[in-house]
Amino acid sequence: MPEYTLNINNKDYKVDVDQTMPLLWVIRDFVGLKGTKFGCGIAQCGACTVHLNGSPVRSCRMPVTAATGKKITTIEGISENVDHAVQKAWIELQVPQCGYCQSGQIMSAVALLKNKPRPTDEDIDVALRGNLCRCGTYQRIRSAVHRAAELMST
Amino acid sequence: MENTLSPVNRRNFLKLTGITGAGLIIGLSLKSNNGLAEVAKPGGDATLYDLTPFIIIEKNGAITLFNPRPEIGQGTFQSIPSLIAEELEVSLDGVTIKQTGGEKLFGRGQFAGGSSSVRSDYFTLRKAGASAKEMLVMAASQQWKVPVDECYAENAKVYHKPSGKSIGYGDLAEAASKLDVPKDPKLKDPKDFKLLGKKTLRPDIPLKSSGKAVFGIDVEVPGMVHASIEHCPVFGAKLVSFDDTAAKKVKGVLSVETCDRVFGRYKHVGIAVIADNYWAAYQGRKALSVKWDYQGNENFNSKDYDQGLRDLSKQEGIVDHEKGDFDKAYSEATVKIDAFYETPIISHSPIEPMNCVASWYDDNKLEIWASTQVPGDLTHSLPKEYNIPEENVKVNVLFSGGGFGRRLYNDVINEAVQLTKKIGKPVKVIWSREDDTQLGPFRPMTYSALKGALSADGKVVAFQHKVISPSINASEHENYDKTKPDGTMTEGISEQKYDFQNMKNLYVNAESHIPFAAWRSVTSSTLAFSHECFVDELAIKAGKDPMEFRLAMIPSDSDTANVLRKLKEVANWDKPLPDGWGRGVAQYEFFAGLAGYVVEVSKKGNGIHIEKVYAVIDLGTMVNPDMVKNQVEGAATMALTAAIKNGITFAKGQAIQDNYNNNPLVRISEMPPVEVHILTNGGPKIKGVGEPGLPPFAPALCNAIFSATGKRIRRLPFDINDIT
Repeated sequence: MPEYTLNINNKDYKVDVDQTMPLLWVIRDFVGLKGTKFGCGIAQCGACTVHLNGSPVRSCRMPVTAATGKKITTIEGISENVDHAVQKAWIELQVPQCGYCQSGQIMSAVALLKNKPRPTDEDIDVALRGNLCRCGTYQRIRSAVHRAAELMST
Repeated sequence: MENTLSPVNRRNFLKLTGITGAGLIIGLSLKSNNGLAEVAKPGGDATLYDLTPFIIIEKNGAITLFNPRPEIGQGTFQSIPSLIAEELEVSLDGVTIKQTGGEKLFGRGQFAGGSSSVRSDYFTLRKAGASAKEMLVMAASQQWKVPVDECYAENAKVYHKPSGKSIGYGDLAEAASKLDVPKDPKLKDPKDFKLLGKKTLRPDIPLKSSGKAVFGIDVEVPGMVHASIEHCPVFGAKLVSFDDTAAKKVKGVLSVETCDRVFGRYKHVGIAVIADNYWAAYQGRKALSVKWDYQGNENFNSKDYDQGLRDLSKQEGIVDHEKGDFDKAYSEATVKIDAFYETPIISHSPIEPMNCVASWYDDNKLEIWASTQVPGDLTHSLPKEYNIPEENVKVNVLFSGGGFGRRLYNDVINEAVQLTKKIGKPVKVIWSREDDTQLGPFRPMTYSALKGALSADGKVVAFQHKVISPSINASEHENYDKTKPDGTMTEGISEQKYDFQNMKNLYVNAESHIPFAAWRSVTSSTLAFSHECFVDELAIKAGKDPMEFRLAMIPSDSDTANVLRKLKEVANWDKPLPDGWGRGVAQYEFFAGLAGYVVEVSKKGNGIHIEKVYAVIDLGTMVNPDMVKNQVEGAATMALTAAIKNGITFAKGQAIQDNYNNNPLVRISEMPPVEVHILTNGGPKIKGVGEPGLPPFAPALCNAIFSATGKRIRRLPFDINDIT
């Protein structure tokens, strides 16, 4: 199998995997970062959301070959001490229930706020529509994105 | 689960928990004469005792609290330890919470289901905490040689009020352990609570906001291999043959094995491709060539089955509940209406796919790591199924990425155990989303035939709810007796507080070969829709306001009346709405508890927009109001998905839907604002939190739609964008 170099959270990893392997499984099973989740495998639920050069992508449908040479950020890479504004807002508003989808929700929210520091409800709908939550924490997610925007502007 | 607890001694216990230097151990014993849990401590080293430990205070001051209730998103990781911490006078920040793994030592109640955790443990665990605190306070007073009533406990220390001196729990633990356990400790007055009833931050939230929470699917153990299992999507098929030549050529594939997926009375064979990583196992599985004999089940389809249910409704059925003389009252009445309601089969679809890591070693030892709702059941059933000693089975309970009833069932865990036993290596089984969507078990549909009659002054004089459905019990158990009432399938329909003078509720069982199972709020999730929409139909027929019509039939001192009155108040029920808007109300009471909704909708093109949702849940008492609100907000979301998204239908013997693209969930853009109110009137009965918020949502929504449009929705799901 070919060897690929992936830059994940500012660290290079060499992985020896099949070229068709989705980035998700490389991150989880080969790099060993488990915060990025498997939910559907067809880019419908967003649990696998990571950033590629700062933009949110569904890693379950992205072959490893599309990620080489780019900066990959996972949930583990957004802060050292769970103190990113989005995480602070998530904790303050007690967003998660089971928590499984929340890595993906947070990665989508972080990307949104980078582009739109004061998002409207419509902006949030568009940016987080791709992230399913079976527990139904959407109302809190919406409030927490607004709260994170406040925290980032102060 | 068994009633008896195994005797262990202190040394064994410490070995089991890995805790050394324990000073004080406090738990609950079920050996008392009245069968109620009694607070107890272990005997000396050599003495056998029966105890379910919940608190360990080590000499160095470390405090460990055991949580027997798996955390599946419902908040037990906080709510259960809080019960102890409140009375023990410690903060949750300062303790270690350990999830129990079904060990016999930890007794019964090691499961999450039925919205039962807090209400089962509310007094027993508080008593355990209070007894431990009294012993620590007594130990301090003896050490200081001061009267005990001059001492009090706070934040893991005992203080001497007059002098202000203090001593930590760790330094008191050993002395306290030598004291008698107060059998009837004084519980705190709720007005002095620091944790219970307050909004407190959950300790699992930072983990779940940083990718650090470990779910079952995240577990890795040394030497572990991965499995992906091909099952026949047509239930009841027999395996004729399979060719794994191509599968074995996939890089990383190690071997191919068969296993059985056992669910209730069903046993379905699966072909597992084992590989050194999941992706290879999944690719290998897709390369399998399998020949199935469908046994005629390939002809099964929803269109015919659904029509069969409608035909069955003509049968009289089995009497589930009878009061007065329905037949006479109905036949003599002049104003009467009949209606027929239908609901779909739906999937649980937790976002964490079903999975398990299992390791069979040393010929007869087994360790599993699982997202499960039922660790106590696993440690009880696995030794029997695999004929190994109970002490050889260890279960590690991880966070569950959603349960909703799906993780009450051990079919996938059982597959992992079969595979590790066959290959002699630890194995992680992951079901794909397609497996999860197509293979069930599913929530069954219920169809409802309703009859009602009104007196001249608009009172209900006769009421009948006949349920026609396949049965969860018939799916889960052999020897289902369809001549007997099936309380699971008629859940709640005879428990509503309406004063129907003449009522006869009936059940007609429909046979099925589909695996059916409990789903969050079980059958109330469908029966509340038909029941409460039909009550609305009666109100309209009687020319009454649906809220007043209900209140007039419900005892005014009942919890249900309180819920309705609160809804009326918070939703401003009597305030006129803009043109094109409508509001609807519904309530439902069942084994898990009681809640109600008022939903406001407006017309939007051919469809409906949900403007606002008001929820009231009746609890009696509660642990964390913010968590309760989160649960009800979530229940409303899940109920909305169940009402407007398409559910599971069958063609050519198999589920048509296979993933979230064609079995969708409500997304953030579709979620209306939900305002939750909690009633905590105290009282003797504590009600559940996790499920009651679900059943009354759909009927309140559909009653609102009728109010706005005059369109009565009697079949779920419906298209919210086109109700014409």
